[in-house]
Amino acid sequence: MLIQEVGSFHPQYVDGPFVTVANFLWLIPALPIVASGMIALLKQPRRRAAATLSIGSLACSLLLALVAFAHVLGGWAHGQAVRETANFTWLRAGAAQVDLGWVLDPLSAVMLVMVTFVGLLIFIYSLGYMEHDENFTRFFCFLSLFAGAMLGVVISNSLLLLFMCWELVGLTSYLLIGFWYQRPSAAAAAKKAFLTTRVGDIFFLLGMVWLFSQTGTLLFYDGGAGSMESEALTGLLAAHAGLGLTAAGAIGLLIFAGAAGKSGQLPLHVWLPDAMEGPTPVSALIHAATMVAAGVYLIARVYPLMQAGSLAGGTTTALTVVTWVGAATALFAALIAVAQNDIKRILAYSTVSQLGYMMAGLGMGGVAVGMFHLITHAFFKALLFMGAGSVIHGCHEEQDVRRMGGLKSNMPSTFVPYAIGMLALSGFPLLFSGFWSKDGILEAAQHWSMAKGPFYMLVCGALLTAFYMTRQVSYVFFGKWRGDGHAHESPKVMTIPLAILAFFAITLGAVGTPAWPWFRAFLDDRAAEFSFGGFHEPGLLALMATSSLAVFLGLGLGWWVYGNKSPQAEEPDALERAAPPVWVVLHNKFYIDELYGATVIAFYAWWAKAADWLDRRVWGGAVALAALLFRGGAHLSRLCDTYWVNGGFDKGCEELANGGGLLARVQSGRVQSYLRLLALAVVVLAAILIWSSRG
Amino acid sequence: MSVISYILAAITVGGGLAAVLLKNMVHCALAVSLAFAGLALLFLDLDAQFAGFVQILVYVGAVAILVVFAILLTRSSETPKDGGVFSPTWLAGLVVAAAVFAVIGWAVLNSVGGLSYETAVPAVTVQQIGQELMGRYVLPLEIVALLLTVATIGAVIVAMHEKEDAK
Amino acid sequence: MTPLAGYLLVAALLFSIGLAGALTRRNAILVLIGIELMLNAANLNLIAFWRYGPHPEALTGMMFAIFSIAVAAAEAAVGLGLVISIHRHAQTADLDEMNRMKG
Repeated sequence: MLIQEVGSFHPQYVDGPFVTVANFLWLIPALPIVASGMIALLKQPRRRAAATLSIGSLACSLLLALVAFAHVLGGWAHGQAVRETANFTWLRAGAAQVDLGWVLDPLSAVMLVMVTFVGLLIFIYSLGYMEHDENFTRFFCFLSLFAGAMLGVVISNSLLLLFMCWELVGLTSYLLIGFWYQRPSAAAAAKKAFLTTRVGDIFFLLGMVWLFSQTGTLLFYDGGAGSMESEALTGLLAAHAGLGLTAAGAIGLLIFAGAAGKSGQLPLHVWLPDAMEGPTPVSALIHAATMVAAGVYLIARVYPLMQAGSLAGGTTTALTVVTWVGAATALFAALIAVAQNDIKRILAYSTVSQLGYMMAGLGMGGVAVGMFHLITHAFFKALLFMGAGSVIHGCHEEQDVRRMGGLKSNMPSTFVPYAIGMLALSGFPLLFSGFWSKDGILEAAQHWSMAKGPFYMLVCGALLTAFYMTRQVSYVFFGKWRGDGHAHESPKVMTIPLAILAFFAITLGAVGTPAWPWFRAFLDDRAAEFSFGGFHEPGLLALMATSSLAVFLGLGLGWWVYGNKSPQAEEPDALERAAPPVWVVLHNKFYIDELYGATVIAFYAWWAKAADWLDRRVWGGAVALAALLFRGGAHLSRLCDTYWVNGGFDKGCEELANGGGLLARVQSGRVQSYLRLLALAVVVLAAILIWSSRG
Repeated sequence: MSVISYILAAITVGGGLAAVLLKNMVHCALAVSLAFAGLALLFLDLDAQFAGFVQILVYVGAVAILVVFAILLTRSSETPKDGGVFSPTWLAGLVVAAAVFAVIGWAVLNSVGGLSYETAVPAVTVQQIGQELMGRYVLPLEIVALLLTVATIGAVIVAMHEKEDAK
Repeated sequence: MTPLAGYLLVAALLFSIGLAGALTRRNAILVLIGIELMLNAANLNLIAFWRYGPHPEALTGMMFAIFSIAVAAAEAAVGLGLVISIHRHAQTADLDEMNRMKG
């Protein structure tokens, strides 16, 4: 079924079957998945074939994504709100049926382009990074599978299809984090990632089932019958779910729990830093740009549900929860990042923090605000990770920042893009995209009607972001070299993607400035025009000044504390000297992992032991008892058989033989006894005859 | 039954008893001859003269002699038999014989009561017997003749083979 | 007690005596003697029934008795021949020892 829905544009319904882009949307994830399958059949030494298949399929997907994007853009330019769906029935059980399908609208178009583009760059980067690894082919197989699954999440029009691809994304993340599985830390990290996201996924599944039972469909858009459309939402609002929530609110919270797992929000963030055990391209693609963004994308997708029931200017319970969790995560992770020494771990906590920003943006400002930050973050975070990978590669697999230093002269092709990425992340004013996207979130926070808490948390987070990034950059690139050997620059195949991403880290900001809010307009199906009048909104300039101040403060503080000084690894950190207890808490990540270990995992281990006891003693005992009974029965049966049946039979035969023996004595061979018997028989016969005749 | 019948019956029965009870076998043979004779007289008493004379001719004259010959020819074991002349199970045999007598006697006494005909003495001439033999009973006659021939030859052969084997 | 019954009882007694002798004596010849006695008793039975029966002029009883005597004679001859033959073979005429037909 194809319908072109309308927003605030002129309605234009198109009837009848015609070929549109939505029909071919499924090719975008299918190509990388097919490539992954084909690579799985190759042998390990066929590197070139694997890389070609992988990169080629993703390039084709990128082309198709650009075609789809152009289609939507064209529609937008002509004043139409494009939302094309292609649905089909997958399961039918009596009266109920489960449909799957894909949707092409501005949200999915933008996401498609971002995922395929950044993914392609990272694939090319991996050619250089994984060159010395013997499992090159397996890497590209998993990477392609991941890309296909992530694209499946993006295009899906059905919560079920999204969930299926979501799980597949989780699986490939597990496979890629544990890529070097011989390392126990990598295997443990993969398991931790999978299990932690699983906790979130259970809530997601619950929400999905509830939604299906309440609305009868899992499709998002279905020509009026979808679960994100007004008819279903009204029904959801009418149903109550206890604790003062409506069904819509409860389902929204459950789905957010799933998103929180995947996007590393506060209670379920523990897996993301450990996931740095995987190769750096994996960290760049999955844990910076795409997979962790899937949670944010999910919330954006089900935004009508999250938003249902809100009054004008107000907000719903679900969105409030999203906001607070996001803001808390942003601040929390930024604090921890200050006290980390592993180059990738700093970036990992930075990712957690920025995901919190995105969630807060979604909660307070709407889909466009959160998604803009997601897109810009994807570019500069991927850039930062790839740069970190380049640094690690150049320092001969060294990852501790205290053993690096002075690399700006040794590795200039890495330094420049890295610096651009770092400034974008920090939110350096005006020039870099991060500033505009973060400002969008801060503006939404400032105008949020519920509380001002998130705003302050986010501003502090921005300050801390600038601070710890400065710390990292000064440790890595400035000062003197503290490592072993000599650092060398990475090959071009690794540095050129860095440059491309750096370019976008700067220019993408242009589509989200108040002067030309194209991104917001595109996603909200409105017209956009370029005018500097956008800057004249009340409070906007003040906000920009505030955030710039926070950024400069952070940069300055960082430089002042760490600057060109290059303390040795054995020396305590400057902050550590200043406030040791604070440093210890931050360095140990607020002891969250230990807390979980003592409570959840300890409880689970106890529970597993109890279940094992139950299984072995009680059920096993019952089984053993049954077996014993059977054996006893068998013994009894055998006894029965031996003594009664056999014995009886044998005795019977013996008696028969004896009887025969006895009878044989009649055959004495003596004539007189025979004669005697004859006479006796005659007597008996005569007596009978006489008796019968007398009677 | 007249007195003579009783006396004759007593002689016969006595002879039979003696034949069965005596130890010496020759005495037994003689006793059984007496019994045969008594029986012949009983036949005469019953007006079956031909049967009586045939009895004397055959039984007393031939069978008894045969028995004596047989006793004489098998007397090599003159040694007194250990255990006596009666078999160890003589009581069982006696009991069975007594039972037989009881049953037959009972049958006789219970059924013959109304069966006595006071018929006239039948006048049986030898001619009549001859005519019967040649007329109605010619087949049995011929068969008996054959039987006697076979018996004679058989007895001779049975006795004769022994002689060849003894060589 | 009719005369017939009397003769029949005598015959029965003679028969039982003959049977007792056949069953109790050890020597084979004496067993044959007993058998002869039994046959004779039967003959007496026949003649008695002929004399006191309904049709004595048919001579059935007398004929039967005569044939019986003839057969008895033949049987005695063969039987005694057999006893003599056994005696030559086993050196004894003791019936208790002749149990080769023992089952």
